[in-house]
Amino acid sequence: MADRQYELVYILPPDTAEQQVTELQSQLDAVVSRMHGQIANTENWGRKRLAYEIGHHKEGLYVLQVISGTGELMKELDRRLKVMDLVIRHMVVRVDEEKKVVERTQTKRRTESERRRVKRGLPPQRQPGEGRSAADADDAEDDRFDGVEV
Amino acid sequence: MPFGQGRSGGGRGRGGDKKPGDKEKGQRRTLFRRRKVCKFCADKIDDINYKDVKLIGPFVPERGKILPRRISGTCAKHQRKLQTAIKRARQIALIPYVTD
Repeated sequence: MADRQYELVYILPPDTAEQQVTELQSQLDAVVSRMHGQIANTENWGRKRLAYEIGHHKEGLYVLQVISGTGELMKELDRRLKVMDLVIRHMVVRVDEEKKVVERTQTKRRTESERRRVKRGLPPQRQPGEGRSAADADDAEDDRFDGVEV
Repeated sequence: MPFGQGRSGGGRGRGGDKKPGDKEKGQRRTLFRRRKVCKFCADKIDDINYKDVKLIGPFVPERGKILPRRISGTCAKHQRKLQTAIKRARQIALIPYVTD
């Protein structure tokens, strides 16, 4: 079975030493590679304010990793992260299915619009300078978005 | 009061929140409340991601509760996705659970 893709986010205290971070990272790496997973991407969001206090911390270092692997691997990672005192919060989310859905709707929308445009005798892609700009005059009439809270 | 239901009278002179230039629209029996449109449908946003606080933020008012559909106008499908996104964002402290 094809591997699943997960996102792992974990938060460390803001005063964590550089060396501790890399150490933790290598521990996770070891687990992932031992269980035949792959780290597709690592993103360091850096220091961020927490929306609420976690264990007297008001800020945290966020790290995001995209990992492809089996459910067992993520279970193991989850277990380990739970035990680690250094990590103040973590979360694992499966993303591959949602990504697929998003892709599908996007391609569907694109092909649909291309089909319609071709039917109207237009080139399939939108040309620069085409569309709204001329129609902006009647925008005041268009109250569809008024009152939408943003 | 349920949205625009059961109010008759065409609303002439009613809609105090209307712009002065607005035309009277037919014999619609609803109170002139603007039809709310799902932001995600309108802007064609497919992916409601928990990491995107800027996108989610407006749907979490000050108190920290999720803005209900009847207020925001979000469609059912997107409200569902928004809900999971908000709940995930709360878990990793991007959005508060409560604020008082």
